[in-house]
Amino acid sequence: MKVTEKDVTYVADLANLELTPDESQRMVADLNSILGHMDQLNRLDTSGVEPLAELVSSFAPAGGEDFAYAQRADEVRPGLTREAALANAPDTDGTCFRVPKVIER
Amino acid sequence: MNKKTLTIGEVQSSLREGRTTATALAETHLAAIAAGDGEIGSFLTVTRERALAKAAQIDRLVEKGDPLPPLAGVPVGIKDVLMTAGERTTAGSKFLDKFVAPYDATSVARLESAGAVCLGKLNCDEFAMGSSNENSAFYPVHNPRDTTRVPGGSSGGSAASVAAGFAVATLGSDTGGSIRQPASFCGVVGVLPTYGRVSRYGLIAFASSLDHVGPLANTVEDAATVLEVISGRDPLDSTSVAAPVPGFAAECGREVKGLRVGLPKEYFAPGLDDETRSAIERQVDGLRRAGCKIVEITLPHTEYAIPVYYIVATAEASANLARFDGVRYTSRSAHVKTLADMYRKSRDEGFGAEVKRRILLGTYVLSAGYYDAYYRKAQQVRALLLRDFQQAFAQVDAIVTPVTPTAAFKLGEKTGDPMEMYLSDIYTVTANLVGVPGISLPCGNNQQGLPLGIQVLGKHFDEGTVLRLASAIECNQK
Repeated sequence: MKVTEKDVTYVADLANLELTPDESQRMVADLNSILGHMDQLNRLDTSGVEPLAELVSSFAPAGGEDFAYAQRADEVRPGLTREAALANAPDTDGTCFRVPKVIER
Repeated sequence: MNKKTLTIGEVQSSLREGRTTATALAETHLAAIAAGDGEIGSFLTVTRERALAKAAQIDRLVEKGDPLPPLAGVPVGIKDVLMTAGERTTAGSKFLDKFVAPYDATSVARLESAGAVCLGKLNCDEFAMGSSNENSAFYPVHNPRDTTRVPGGSSGGSAASVAAGFAVATLGSDTGGSIRQPASFCGVVGVLPTYGRVSRYGLIAFASSLDHVGPLANTVEDAATVLEVISGRDPLDSTSVAAPVPGFAAECGREVKGLRVGLPKEYFAPGLDDETRSAIERQVDGLRRAGCKIVEITLPHTEYAIPVYYIVATAEASANLARFDGVRYTSRSAHVKTLADMYRKSRDEGFGAEVKRRILLGTYVLSAGYYDAYYRKAQQVRALLLRDFQQAFAQVDAIVTPVTPTAAFKLGEKTGDPMEMYLSDIYTVTANLVGVPGISLPCGNNQQGLPLGIQVLGKHFDEGTVLRLASAIECNQK
């Protein structure tokens, strides 16, 4: 599979990245080199192998329901204050994050 | 006292015996950073006030004759991917240049509750993506052992600051080798804990199924002491596990007789540099003499680890880094008119080339039409890699391998070709993919005087055996 500049533009769009024409060309070359290397996985027959998406279940002891992914009680606990949550925002109105207008009328 | 060889034990005894104070120690280390870090570049932010406030608190404990916590007065540094409340926390990215963390990462809070004195935030590759620290948006780190060379990455500042004597211990993060490889390049010790052992609350996420927080230090015992402090279940991180935390430091110096140590033949295949190979063989001989049983083993899917890693890691990164959108985290491009504009321009201006490359790659492998060919396939091979380790650990108690194919390379040597840089992670990524603990520690120098490293990997939650073997290897060199 050869990645083209069109593919890179499409993926950049999905990822909300804006690339200059130079960057875009460089990425075409890099992605082809990297994906070319990744294609060696196709040499392996993996039919019937269950995909491994997370690790903890594979080594949790039997009967260890509380070992990981334990859920806490559903109760109100202290969290970040509004002031702290907004402190790093580039733009706020003091109570909310402010962004450019979303809907044009 | 030679600051370059100061250990946690020495800090503790000199405080208790009144030979120094925590404040004096903090001042000495801050002065060393001010005088010497211009050449190394290991710190991004020095947290002088925070350090001196903590040091004063420790000195009051000493004065009162109260018992000292395990890291009392120990000068430490924190990789800048970990949140430190009220301090600038950048992840090595221009995007977060002005970001001030609203809370402490759990690992940082535990270090400081144990008495550690935080000197500052350490340089790293942007969002921990890199193997040389050259992807820092601010400045590269130079290897204290040879400043024309890289310190490794992505925890380059964490390793270099320990090697330079600026800090006694540091925290790093390891997603594919980012603690162990720089530890090896700088001649210090770095530990990758079992997946789930150390809370990641407050770690700026790169690839969540692979990310670990762990310690770097000058000695195995110091690394074990820090590991003990930061380990254990954290209600704020649901992926942290409830396994009991044994006394890790107590493993150091224990007898290794009778332990079965595996050497995976795939890790000693051509491509490994001769000096590293013979340095490791010398240590293996030492273990044999100490009564270990050395067994040749096979991890047959090793050659597939790099492609699996770079598919899984970039896929997860593309999702994790979606949060940097120009709304919440300090950076927004000026002159944007629409919301879409704001996302794109902010991300374009905020991210460096390697971060963009990985986001694109991750988005590509997850996109419709390629998901099965890349992402699902990689997860299947990840299952086979885990099976390799389960089979190996049915025969042996631990595995010994190289950390890197060569000693530290020169700055600029590998920046032209990302794939070449990725391939240098060949011996480290698998531990992250299968979640086992590991350690990288020095095993001598090459003819140019550059440090060489050796890696010990263990069973899930068996950091104890890993540390015991590492301690034996360390002793063997004294």
